[in-house]
Amino acid sequence: MATIRTEPVTINLGPQHPSTHGVFRLRVTFDGEEIVDVEPVFGYLHRGTEKLAESRNYVQIVTLTDRMDYVASMSNNLAYVRTVEKLSDIEVPERAQYIRVISVELQRIASHLMATGFLLNDLGALATPLVYCFRERERILDLFEMLCGARITLSYMRPGGVFQDAPEEFWSSLNTLISDFPNYLDELESLITTNEIVLARTIGVGLLSDAQAIDSGVTGPILRASSVKWDLRKANPYEIYDRVNFDIPIGSSGDTYDRYYVRLQEMRESIKIISQCIEQIEPGPVRTETPFFIRPPIGETYSSVEGPKGELGFYMVSDGGISPYRCKVRAPSFINLTPLRDMLTGWKMGDLIIILGSLDIVLGEVDR
Amino acid sequence: MTKIITGEEISKSIESTLANAVVASDETAMWVSPETIHEVCKTLKDPNGLDYSFLTAISAVDYIEYFEIIYHLTSLRNNCSCIIKVKTSGRENPEVQSVSDIWQAADLQEREIWDLMGIKFEGHPNLKRILLWEGFDGHPLRKDFIG
Amino acid sequence: MTSTPAFFVSFDSLKILFTNLIELFGLGESLGWSAGLLAGISISFLIINVMVMSTAFYTWFERRMIGRFQVRRGPNRNGPFGILQPFADVLKLIMKEDTIPDAADKPVFTLAPIALLAPTLMIMIVIPFGTYASDQAFLSNLNIGILFIVGVTSVNSIAIFMAGWGSRNKYAILGSMRGAAMLISYEIPMALGITSVLLLSGSLAMTEIVRSQSVWFILVMPMGFFVFMAASTAEMSRTPFDQIEAESELGSGYNTEYSGIKFAVLFLAEFMAPIVTAAVVTTLFLGGSQGFDFLPGGIWFAIKMFVLIFLLLWVRSTWPRLRIDQIMGFAWKTLFGLGLFNIFLVAVEFMVAVKLGHTSDGSLTTGYMLTMAGVNWIVTIIAFIILANFVGKKKYHRPEPTPSPLANMGAGGD
Repeated sequence: MATIRTEPVTINLGPQHPSTHGVFRLRVTFDGEEIVDVEPVFGYLHRGTEKLAESRNYVQIVTLTDRMDYVASMSNNLAYVRTVEKLSDIEVPERAQYIRVISVELQRIASHLMATGFLLNDLGALATPLVYCFRERERILDLFEMLCGARITLSYMRPGGVFQDAPEEFWSSLNTLISDFPNYLDELESLITTNEIVLARTIGVGLLSDAQAIDSGVTGPILRASSVKWDLRKANPYEIYDRVNFDIPIGSSGDTYDRYYVRLQEMRESIKIISQCIEQIEPGPVRTETPFFIRPPIGETYSSVEGPKGELGFYMVSDGGISPYRCKVRAPSFINLTPLRDMLTGWKMGDLIIILGSLDIVLGEVDR
Repeated sequence: MTKIITGEEISKSIESTLANAVVASDETAMWVSPETIHEVCKTLKDPNGLDYSFLTAISAVDYIEYFEIIYHLTSLRNNCSCIIKVKTSGRENPEVQSVSDIWQAADLQEREIWDLMGIKFEGHPNLKRILLWEGFDGHPLRKDFIG
Repeated sequence: MTSTPAFFVSFDSLKILFTNLIELFGLGESLGWSAGLLAGISISFLIINVMVMSTAFYTWFERRMIGRFQVRRGPNRNGPFGILQPFADVLKLIMKEDTIPDAADKPVFTLAPIALLAPTLMIMIVIPFGTYASDQAFLSNLNIGILFIVGVTSVNSIAIFMAGWGSRNKYAILGSMRGAAMLISYEIPMALGITSVLLLSGSLAMTEIVRSQSVWFILVMPMGFFVFMAASTAEMSRTPFDQIEAESELGSGYNTEYSGIKFAVLFLAEFMAPIVTAAVVTTLFLGGSQGFDFLPGGIWFAIKMFVLIFLLLWVRSTWPRLRIDQIMGFAWKTLFGLGLFNIFLVAVEFMVAVKLGHTSDGSLTTGYMLTMAGVNWIVTIIAFIILANFVGKKKYHRPEPTPSPLANMGAGGD
């Protein structure tokens, strides 16, 4: 009897899809239930940020950077204004640095809450954990609204500091949030981290070894989940990170569970950082005076920060004018997609969405 | 703090094996010729040598007469970073050797540079447009691109 | 056995009514045979309407409850508390265009929703709803009652396969293949759960099963209850086994290409399944309509069904879903093993009872059943502790993370 011939089938996980975290297309080739090949196709959200930056002045570009990783605007702003300050040698007052660090750590918590919520949504838990994570994220967005009037695309930072000081009610709400949040994280952990179905679906799935993670240029929680202890806040401290104590959580084997757990622990560390900043902050100015049109001297520089998704860097070349000559973004989500093919081949269809969810990509950053 | 290795120090370290590859060096970066970038990067990545295991970013800038491609390298084990630059010989058909077989991180970034700047990378396994659609005419990040 | 009516209408009473009507019109000789047929049609009409209305209200209840679990209200726009929401949904679905893909296999495509709905409705024929010790089921107390149910639910797998195949759509076929494999695998644990009930009841008829529950079978064989509930949840493809219609993964699985009234029928069948399953489990394990006498048996039956439906809903809204190979592993390894063990345990206890003379007219005495209950609960708890700790914990043990030697943040200049 002749053997039955099977052939692999190519399916398009198209741009519109309930769970690809944005307009992201994956052409997957299946052999039965197993993934044989993966080809990511993106660019649906490309808006030409780098080209637009060449015709806007340095303060206007802050609004462009908000919209790249639209989930974590504060980090984008911080990376950009630090590059401009490095290029033009602008000093930032201390109070502004403390407020920047508080905002960025709050933003990190918000971004990780969103990542965790959506990972669990992809696991099939019918949006219930997602709604709980978003309920806490709403409190953080309310704090941001007190700071700068917007919730998502914040444009809070300027070269030279932050744009306005935090109002009085911000500090009391922040203190309430800091005291409530560890209990909330404990509750979330008790529901999710020991749930056997979550463990069965995430442990050992989508492995990324440390050598491969480093070779692929991956940064952020994904690199740390592969047991590489590398965080720019400690390796190359900026702002006031050298004055606060915090740990860098790492994972043991680079699977999906580790990536989820590292994000959970990072949220706890962020709370520690914020409470130390609240103690250490002193009154003072929040912005140094800069001319309306900043004209950095001719030169180039690269500077990066540790954003929630990874190392977010700006490489800026200035020709002495009011707009940069070249403003290149090192987008972490874009580069984190490099090992996608190796991480996905050999796994089943049900794992595909989960591995993609654990990578926590934001299409605004991938496509710029 | 991450130690910034100046271009002169880097060129001194690879002088013994690849002295003829270095075109220029100053305190910010080291310039290498486009045909030898692969050799230089392989030497720099060597785990027993300088151990630049992590390619942070590849950027490309359009200076009107030539293109410049900048490689930001980091050594995680020694916590230091350096910058290597390549100047193409002109504006027509710029070509550089690809380093995607040395660091896999270069894969998507070189495709983006081809897509937006039009610099071809020899030896890249899959040099297709990545952010714009197939069949787009032109390379938008170039200074002479009219939208 | 007394023929007390199950509720105010029953098959027998309707048959008598129709016979009288026909005789009234003087057609007794020619059409006398049709009294049974007319009675059957009327009862079926009643059952179908009641089931469809219950399903409609069940969808409303589910959406409100899941909303509450998710810190939000459910539908509250149509009518007070959103009670008219199911009617709004049905109206919308009826008014939608009923598309059939060009390349689809039209007869298979059209028949699949009907093939999914009919068995679910047919299960209600043999459910004994009435007062305790009645011998009335809804329509007909078949003496192969439970076997009829098992046979009829097997048609579900064919229907899901037809739905996917008829759509000629890659996503749909993938979903329905997985669905067919899963549904077939879970029929065995379902049968094993039922077999342990049969050992104690001695008959396949549903009313006999209710009657033999002097102590409710959930107390006597908790492991069998667990096996049967897990298997039925999978048979209905509800979370955590709803991989085949995983909305966040592949569009919508086997019902991707359905729209309009066909989709409404598929949707109806999918939401009727928990109600029907709750009815079956109530009969088999919760003593049917037994209860204290201050409420009629039918109300007790409804209360027990409600508790089970709430349990299914609760599980659906909280747990994530399992992967398809884990679902199959669960069926063939865990549930199969537990089911066999349960049958063995109950059989051994029954034999001991016969040896020691604790039986009365073929079934066990209440006292012995209570002893069995105690023993079985202890065995079940020990079995679950062993499974959870020694099988589960070993697999999911995580070592302490050690930093990789490939990176060292402390090096470098200062």
